Amino acid sequence: MKMKRRDLLKGMAGGLALAVLDAPGKSEARTIQALPPEALGILYDSTLCVGCNACMAACKEANHMPVESGSAEQIWDNPIDLSAKTLNIIKKYENGTAATKDVETDGYAFIKRQCLHCVDPSCVTACPVSALTKDKENGIVSYDKDVCIGCRYCQIACPYHIPKFEWDVAYPEIVKCQLCSHLIEQGGISACCSVCPTGASLFGRVEDLIEEARRRLQMTPGKTYAFPVSSMDSGKTHNFTAPKYIRHIYGQEELGGTQVMYLSAVPFENFGLDAFPKESFVSMSSGIQYAIYKGMVYPLVVLAALMFMVKKNKHGETPDANPPAPRQDQALLTQRGEDNE
Amino acid sequence: MSDAKPLGGRILTPTFLVCLLVIGVAGYYTYKRFLLGIGAVANLNDGFPWGLWISYDVVVGSAFACGGYVMALMVYVFNGGRFHPLVRPALLASMFGYSLAGVSVLVDIGRYFNVYNLYLPWQINLHSVMLEVALCITTYVFVMWLEFAPAFVEKWKLKKFGAVLDKVVFVLIALGVLLPTMHQSSLGTMMLMAGYKLSPLWHTSTLPLLFLFTALFMGFAMVIFEGTLSGRVYRLEDETHLLAKIGKIIAYLIGVYLILRLQNIFVRGAMPEAFSGSFLGYMFLLENALLLGGMFILAYPGYRHSPRLLFIAAVLVLCGGALFRFNTYIIGYNPGTGWKYFPSIGEQMITYGLIALEIAGYMLFVKFFPVFSAGHKSAAPIPVKE
Ligand code: SF4
Ligand code: SF4
Ligand code: SF4
Repeated sequence: MKMKRRDLLKGMAGGLALAVLDAPGKSEARTIQALPPEALGILYDSTLCVGCNACMAACKEANHMPVESGSAEQIWDNPIDLSAKTLNIIKKYENGTAATKDVETDGYAFIKRQCLHCVDPSCVTACPVSALTKDKENGIVSYDKDVCIGCRYCQIACPYHIPKFEWDVAYPEIVKCQLCSHLIEQGGISACCSVCPTGASLFGRVEDLIEEARRRLQMTPGKTYAFPVSSMDSGKTHNFTAPKYIRHIYGQEELGGTQVMYLSAVPFENFGLDAFPKESFVSMSSGIQYAIYKGMVYPLVVLAALMFMVKKNKHGETPDANPPAPRQDQALLTQRGEDNE
Repeated sequence: MSDAKPLGGRILTPTFLVCLLVIGVAGYYTYKRFLLGIGAVANLNDGFPWGLWISYDVVVGSAFACGGYVMALMVYVFNGGRFHPLVRPALLASMFGYSLAGVSVLVDIGRYFNVYNLYLPWQINLHSVMLEVALCITTYVFVMWLEFAPAFVEKWKLKKFGAVLDKVVFVLIALGVLLPTMHQSSLGTMMLMAGYKLSPLWHTSTLPLLFLFTALFMGFAMVIFEGTLSGRVYRLEDETHLLAKIGKIIAYLIGVYLILRLQNIFVRGAMPEAFSGSFLGYMFLLENALLLGGMFILAYPGYRHSPRLLFIAAVLVLCGGALFRFNTYIIGYNPGTGWKYFPSIGEQMITYGLIALEIAGYMLFVKFFPVFSAGHKSAAPIPVKE
C-alpha cells in the first residue's frame, strides 16, 4: 500500500514536470491553422492613404454604428481609438515637425486599425462558448452575441487590442470588425475598401493580396506603376510613383499570419504594431493545456487513483481490510459503511 | 459521524453587524451595475478588461479558498489522519470562498443570461482554458456543498440522505482534490494568452505549475490563518502543534517554488528586469521577499511553534502569494496603448461586500452546524486582541 501511493505520487509529479517541460514545441495539441482556401482580406498600403477618413464614415454607415465625438454635441465623428462604437479607424503617426509624408523622422504616416482576421486567431481559441468563430471558407472571424457570456477573455487574448466591449450598456456586447460579411454575402466587398479613393484599402483574396504586396516590394522607388483600387478584381487602377517601402509585409507571418495585411514606408513599431514571432501565443497555451490533460485521459486516471486512496484512508490505517483493486471494491465499501475516526 | 459540534452563541455580534452594513453598501453598487452597466461602477476599460473582480475575487480569492483542497489532500491522499479536525472548518471557508467567487463572476460577466452556453456540448470550445476553469470551478462548488453536507446531515438528522452521501463521499473527496489541481494550474495557463501584454517577469510557460504551487501553500497558510483566528475568537483548544506541522510543509513548498521561479526567470534572461529599479521589478522582488520571509520563519521549529510568529508567517505567505497572482493578472499586465486602471470605490465595495458575506456566512455556519471538533472553552466570542 505504501509503495503504491508513493508510485502514484511519483507518477503525478512526473506528469506535471512533463507537462511543463515539453509544452511549447512538440505538442500535437492542435494543428497550427492554415489559411482557409477562399480566405478574404484587405491589403492596406499606408503610403497610398491620404487620411480622408472616407473608410471610417462608410464603415459606420454599413454597420449602423453611432457617431463618436470628443465634443459635447456629438456632431463630428472623431474617435481617438477603436471602441465599442468604432470598428475601423485611421490613425496618424507623427514625428518632430511632421513635414513629410511616409518619413520616420520629422514625418508622418497613416495607419488603419481594425480586426486583422488572424489565420490562427487568439480570440477564437480563448472564447469558452464559441461566440467568436472563424469561417472555414473565407476565414472571416465573426461574433455571435446570442452565445457570448461577456467574459472578455477575447480582449485579454487578442494581441492586436481589437475586440471592444460596451462598458456603458446594461447588457453589453463585444464589438469588432467582421469584414462586412453581410455585404460579402450579397456579393459585395467591405465598405471601407469600396469607398477608398486611392486603393490604400484594397479588398481581395488573401493569396492575391500577398502577390500584389510582393509586386509592390519589387517596384523601383520613384517609378510610376498602376495600383488596383477597391478590390483586386475591380478592374480600376490608379497610377502612382512607387514609394520606398519597408521590405516587410506585416501580417504575412506574424503569429501565424493575418488576413488583413499592411505595407508601409515607416517601420511598423511606430504604429503600435509589435514585431511578433511566427508562432502564435495560442499554440503555446493550448499546447500546455493539452500536454497536461491529454484529452481528459490523465484527469480520469488521476481521479480513479485518488478515489482509491481516499477510500483507503477514510477506512483508517488497515490496508489489508480492502483488496487493492481500485475499481471493483466499490460495492464492498458501500456494504461496510463509513467509519469516520 | 464526526465529533464536531455547533458552537452556538449570539448571532448579532458587532463583527456580524459590520459585515451586514458592508454587504448593504455592496448591494447598492451591484444594483447600479446591473441597471446601468459595468462602466457605471467600475473603472474597467478596453485596455484592462479584467480588474479587481477577476484578480481578487476569483484568482486570489480562490487560492485563499484552497484550505479545503489542501487539507483533503493531506488527510485523504497523504493519509494524515491527525489533521482531521482541521478538515471541516477549512472546507467551510473554501466553500464560501469559491461560491462567492462564482457570484462575483456573475457580476463581472456582461451577458450573464448566456452562461448556460458553458454547459452546452455543441457550444463549448474545448481549446479554451477559460472553459476548463469555468467548468471545474462550478463543479467544484457543487462538490464542496455535498462534501460539507454531512454537517447538515448531523444537524438535521437526515438519516436517508446521510446514508446515500456516505456511499459516494469518497468520490466527492477525490473530485475535491482533482478539480482544484486542474483549475488552479489552469488559472496560470489562462494568462499565457496575454502574450506580450504580460511582463516577462510573469509570462512564462511555467505559469501553470507556479499557480498550482501558490494554491497549495496559500491554502495551507489560510488553514493556519483561520485556525489561529477562530481559535482566539471562539476560544477553542490550542492547535498550534498541528498548525506548526502545516507550517513546515509550507516552508518546503515555498522552497521548491522559489527555486522554480527564480531559475525560470534566470534562464529566460529576465533577471536584469527584476533588478532594473522599475516598478514591476520592485513588485517582483516584493512578491518573492514576502514568500522568503514566510519561509524563513516556518523553516525554524522554534519560530513556527510560537503561535504569534506562525500567524505572522502565514500572513506573509498569503500576501506574497496574493501579490504574485495580482502581478500576473493586473499589475504586470500592460495593454500598451496608454490605458490605466485602478479599481473604483464601487468596484472595491462590491469586493468588500463579498468578503463580508464570506465572513458573516462562516460565523453563522460554525454556530449552527457541527464544524469544529476541538472542545471550546466558552460559547461567547471575544474580540481578537491583535
Ligand atoms: S485581430 Fe484580434 S480580434 Fe481580430 S481575429 Fe485576430 S485575435 Fe481575433
Ligand atoms: S466576451 Fe464573449 S466573445 Fe469574448 S471570449 Fe467571452 S464569451 Fe467569447
Ligand atoms: S478611405 Fe482610403 S485613403 Fe481615405 S482614409 Fe481610408 S484608407 Fe485612407
